[in-house]
Amino acid sequence: MVESPASRKSLPLGRLVLIAAVVAAGAIGFAYTAGWLSPHRLTPKKLVAGLAPPGGPAPGHRRNHAKGICFTGTFEANGDGSALSKARVFERGRYPVVGRFNLATADPNAKDAMVRVRGLGIRITTPGGQEWRSAMIDAPVFPVSTPKDFYELLTASGSKDPNAMKNFIGAHPGFLAFAGWAKSAPWTSSYAEERYNSLDSFLFVDEAGAKHAIRWSLMPSALPVPISPDDLAKRGPDYLEQEITQRVAGSAQRWDLVITVANPGDPTADPNKAWPADRRTVNVGTLIVEQIEPERDGPCRDINFDPAVLPEGITTSDDPFPAARSAAYSRSYNSRTAEEAAYPRTETGAKQ
Amino acid sequence: MTTSRTRFTAPQRLLHWLMAICILSMLFIGVGMVSTVTTKYLTLVQIHKPLGIAILLLAIVRLALRFIYGAPALPPDLPEPVKLAAWSSMVLFYLLMIAMPLIGWAMLSAASYPVVLFGGVHLPPIAPVSPALHTLLWNAHKYLAFAFFATILMHIAAILTHKLIRNDGIFETMAPTFGKSETK
Repeated sequence: MVESPASRKSLPLGRLVLIAAVVAAGAIGFAYTAGWLSPHRLTPKKLVAGLAPPGGPAPGHRRNHAKGICFTGTFEANGDGSALSKARVFERGRYPVVGRFNLATADPNAKDAMVRVRGLGIRITTPGGQEWRSAMIDAPVFPVSTPKDFYELLTASGSKDPNAMKNFIGAHPGFLAFAGWAKSAPWTSSYAEERYNSLDSFLFVDEAGAKHAIRWSLMPSALPVPISPDDLAKRGPDYLEQEITQRVAGSAQRWDLVITVANPGDPTADPNKAWPADRRTVNVGTLIVEQIEPERDGPCRDINFDPAVLPEGITTSDDPFPAARSAAYSRSYNSRTAEEAAYPRTETGAKQ
Repeated sequence: MTTSRTRFTAPQRLLHWLMAICILSMLFIGVGMVSTVTTKYLTLVQIHKPLGIAILLLAIVRLALRFIYGAPALPPDLPEPVKLAAWSSMVLFYLLMIAMPLIGWAMLSAASYPVVLFGGVHLPPIAPVSPALHTLLWNAHKYLAFAFFATILMHIAAILTHKLIRNDGIFETMAPTFGKSETK
């Protein structure tokens, strides 16, 4: 390019505009990617904010499933899972576990009898540092089919409009499968008596590289003893934590990890849809809960039970929830760890 | 650390443009992934981690090449403040290229996440599990990313000014060449 000294002196406006335009285009592209220009995008921030009660979230605590208690134990694999997945965790052996029993509420001080859904988070570590994390609940189906529907459910249930839930259910009749369970399924008085379900489907990848769409459940050895919510309330607001602490101190508690294999055409993308009861199941091992520790200083406190942390041999399926949950859990984790001061550890337990 | 060459060496130029693509992708992936709950989230996270480590390795190679080959001298008529700005941005870029991946890696370590590159390939933790440390590193990662992108925009504005307004040959020191112009 040749320029005369004269043309260098006068301001080349066109070129300055071009430079400004290039920089502006970069900045706008960045802002768009970050979602700053798309107020309607469902972001992790929005989803997590939707979980908060009217008074705001409880600082320092998980944004959902806020009330919980830690456990440690062992996963004893029987080797039968290896036919479906090459993950090390299915090879016959014993692998250490850190987990958390919890209630599906944003209130860490909720009364046990006020919370319908109970959950279990788990992290199984195998030699070599691979991890399998999962967060399960006791409901047999998820309330909705997509993350967007979940956000609409949160919006409707938090709405002051008396017709909001009715309108939501009208538009999302799948919710009734969950509501039916919530209304009629018996309550129990122990975390140990619950069955915990992945609900989301995942893919097991076997040695040959074949993929199998599956879901899993933890089936309790303890016999469920029904109790009415009223009777549970009479035992105190934190009965479940007291009960599981005593129970595990008495003897380790066990669950069978049962894999359900989908048939072709089963709704793998929709955790609101149960698979037919006759699907093949494989019992791949036993979760043994050996010790209970309060969350405040417990080993589960700083763990995000992110369902997308999977070992080689397990991957996500076409189910959209693990991605949405992973994004939202990360947001929740970042928030609560930044608010550690609001949920202080006791002095003796200030390790890690 | 200047050289009598009028251009950066071919490996330096190759690394510059390769890393430009990597780093811009990285920054867009970063802001994109934390603002979505779609399945793209997991895909982007899966790219973000190995790409970050790749940038760290490339940055170390590039820093070594800089020490070995140096850089062409800036035009003598360039005002001192502009020279200072050029030097500062160069230092800032090297710091960010090396610090950002390390901060990200340490941040995941502090949160007790496994650092998965691909398949079963994991990196060991480089920081203790600590909510306070995680918060510090997370904030650093976020705000340094914005600073990184802002610095890139300024870099682009500056180099376009050198090329389109001053036409002083600085752009040509790093310009990609395609074969024949190498024999100059």
